Amino acid sequence: MKFESQKIAYHFFALSMLLLVLQIIYGFIMGFAHMGYDVFHEWIPFNTAVTTHKNLLVVWILSGFMGAAYYIIPDESDHPLFSTGLAKLQFWSFAIVGVIAVAGFHVGWWEGRKFLEIPRPLDWLVAANVILFLVIILMTLIKGKQQTTTSWVLTMGLVFAALLYLPGMVYFDNISVDSFFRWWVVHLWVEGVWELIMGGILAYLLIKLTGVDREVIEKWLYVVVGLTFLSGILGTGHHYYYTGGPSYWLMIGGIFSALEPLAFLGMTVFAITMYRKGNKRHPNKLALFWTLSTAIVSFLGAGLLGLAHTLPPVNLYTHGTLVTAMHGHLAFWGAYASLVLAIMSYAMPLMTGRKIFDNRMGNLAFWCSNIGMFAMTTAFAAAGVAQVYLERIAGFEFMVAAEETKPHFFVLILAATLFTVGIGMFISNFLKFGLPNDEALGTENEFKPLQAS
Amino acid sequence: MLSKKQAKLFFLGGTAFFMVIFFGLSIHSLTVGIPENTNADQLNEEILLGRKLWDQNNCMGCHTLMGEGAYYAPELTRVYDRKGPDYIRTVLNTKTGWGPRGRMMVGYDFTQEEVEGLVAFFEWMNNTDLNGFPPEPSLSK
Ligand code: HEM
Ligand code: HEM
Ligand SMILES: [Fe+2]
Repeated sequence: MKFESQKIAYHFFALSMLLLVLQIIYGFIMGFAHMGYDVFHEWIPFNTAVTTHKNLLVVWILSGFMGAAYYIIPDESDHPLFSTGLAKLQFWSFAIVGVIAVAGFHVGWWEGRKFLEIPRPLDWLVAANVILFLVIILMTLIKGKQQTTTSWVLTMGLVFAALLYLPGMVYFDNISVDSFFRWWVVHLWVEGVWELIMGGILAYLLIKLTGVDREVIEKWLYVVVGLTFLSGILGTGHHYYYTGGPSYWLMIGGIFSALEPLAFLGMTVFAITMYRKGNKRHPNKLALFWTLSTAIVSFLGAGLLGLAHTLPPVNLYTHGTLVTAMHGHLAFWGAYASLVLAIMSYAMPLMTGRKIFDNRMGNLAFWCSNIGMFAMTTAFAAAGVAQVYLERIAGFEFMVAAEETKPHFFVLILAATLFTVGIGMFISNFLKFGLPNDEALGTENEFKPLQAS
Repeated sequence: MLSKKQAKLFFLGGTAFFMVIFFGLSIHSLTVGIPENTNADQLNEEILLGRKLWDQNNCMGCHTLMGEGAYYAPELTRVYDRKGPDYIRTVLNTKTGWGPRGRMMVGYDFTQEEVEGLVAFFEWMNNTDLNGFPPEPSLSK
């Protein structure tokens, strides 16, 4: 850690881990409900559980992004954070808004709009909070001694993510129009501007961990994020096939969304090439593992499994089935969850001075959570294919098909248990680091000789 | 070989170009395509009451509509045809929560007016043109 003010990142990382644990608990509640054991129905009906599960996911990932930005931007711009006091205020208000939102879901204070269930009055607080965050980041960047491409790409990703939240706050009488704009938020986030954030954080990690020259890494960063928007903007059309949009979206959405995996493949090739070019001497193997797995698993979950159901003739049958849940899990895990775990694995030793770089617990955490998530994806895939076949092709009633998918949810729960063990070990390592402290200032200097710039 | 400057130009140019096309198509979709496909001119007070209740109660947290939502309970886009209005009324009037096959729906205390609003909403939804969704089961014929 270069500056004391970077310590604030720890708050966000810790919040992230707490919310991840809660998210997993709600995941189990739903897994059991699908299996026929909806035991919490009276207190936490399925719609409460699903809403909480998804919003906790978004909030812990955003919290991770914020922590990442608070760590990376001062380092990249060689300037302490614009204001530690404001950053603390931003943290606590963020946490409080999050708690209110989650509590609200349990008493029916919500909007039935998948992923954007936070009610509009609370949306304004979210917006105010994010503006404060962006002001702190932008001021730090502007005052900094240098403004690198990596930090600009990361910051622009965050700025556009905030702007795109706004169309999701307007109410429309026509539910099809409502849905149209909902995708401006959800799709253009995960298949658009969040990829800028991902590219920025990955580039930073690769510069630090591989020792490849910054100019080379940042050039390819532009190419990758260029591919993202080239395909991802018109790719939004894959959500407009069957939700009231005109039929030209079948063609346009089909073609461009089928190109989206290229951006993720670009990310994979980018990371692996840099790794092979690099000197491989940085001792933080865990951070390197998570960095490379993000680049690879995002391609599998988002790219390959996205491609599997994005063409209109396939999507006609899989749209709104458990096949979508299969893709949703591996895509979010590979691209964004792993990314947050990667930057945490990199930053924690430097913030605390404890060099947990390659221990047994960390390795087991990596393998259990990844293998667990792949197994979960397989269980969702089996359930999804069964559902599509029985309901959409053979014409059985929904509930008849649901009965047949119960065994797959048993497998899902087994897989989820392995996954949870992995996450438990990751968190146990996280706690072992202890708190960030001033003795850790300058820890990264000893790795300077391994880095080109 | 590609320079960093060229790479940056590719990124900025490509993004601007596709954004303009996307905005153009969006304006067309919002002003012509969607209103036509969804019979927007027929939206009335009753349907809008149903639409509001659909939102307020987060029905999408279990069901899908137009294929969007969660996968715990049936797809409802064409429920008006599939089950008919009386069946829907029975489901909505079950104060303890519908659930003939064991899987429980949340019980709601809707007024008569609200039930009719939801029925009207489903009828409206039933008549939307969704490019062939939901598909006709090919084996059942
Ligand atoms: C990291 C990137 C991605 C993430 C996190 C992600 C996540 C998700 C999630 C959560 C959904 C469900 C949305 C909902 O129904 O509300 C979804 C739907 C979908 N995704 Fe992705 N996705 C990503 C990338 C991609 C890519 C690259 C493709 C195409 C190649 C793709 C194709 C689709 C399609 C076609 C659907 C609609 C499924 C349906 O009709 O029900 N996704 N995605
Ligand atoms: C123990 C772990 C987990 C279990 C048992 C679990 C289970 C579930 C279940 C049963 C659903 C609801 C499907 C439905 O609508 O019926 C769901 C939705 C979802 N979960 Fe998880 N989950 C777990 C962890 C995660 C993690 C770690 C992530 C992200 C990295 C995640 C992301 C999602 C997403 C994006 C959805 C919405 C999918 C969609 O509607 O298409 N879950 N989960
Ligand atoms: Fe998408």
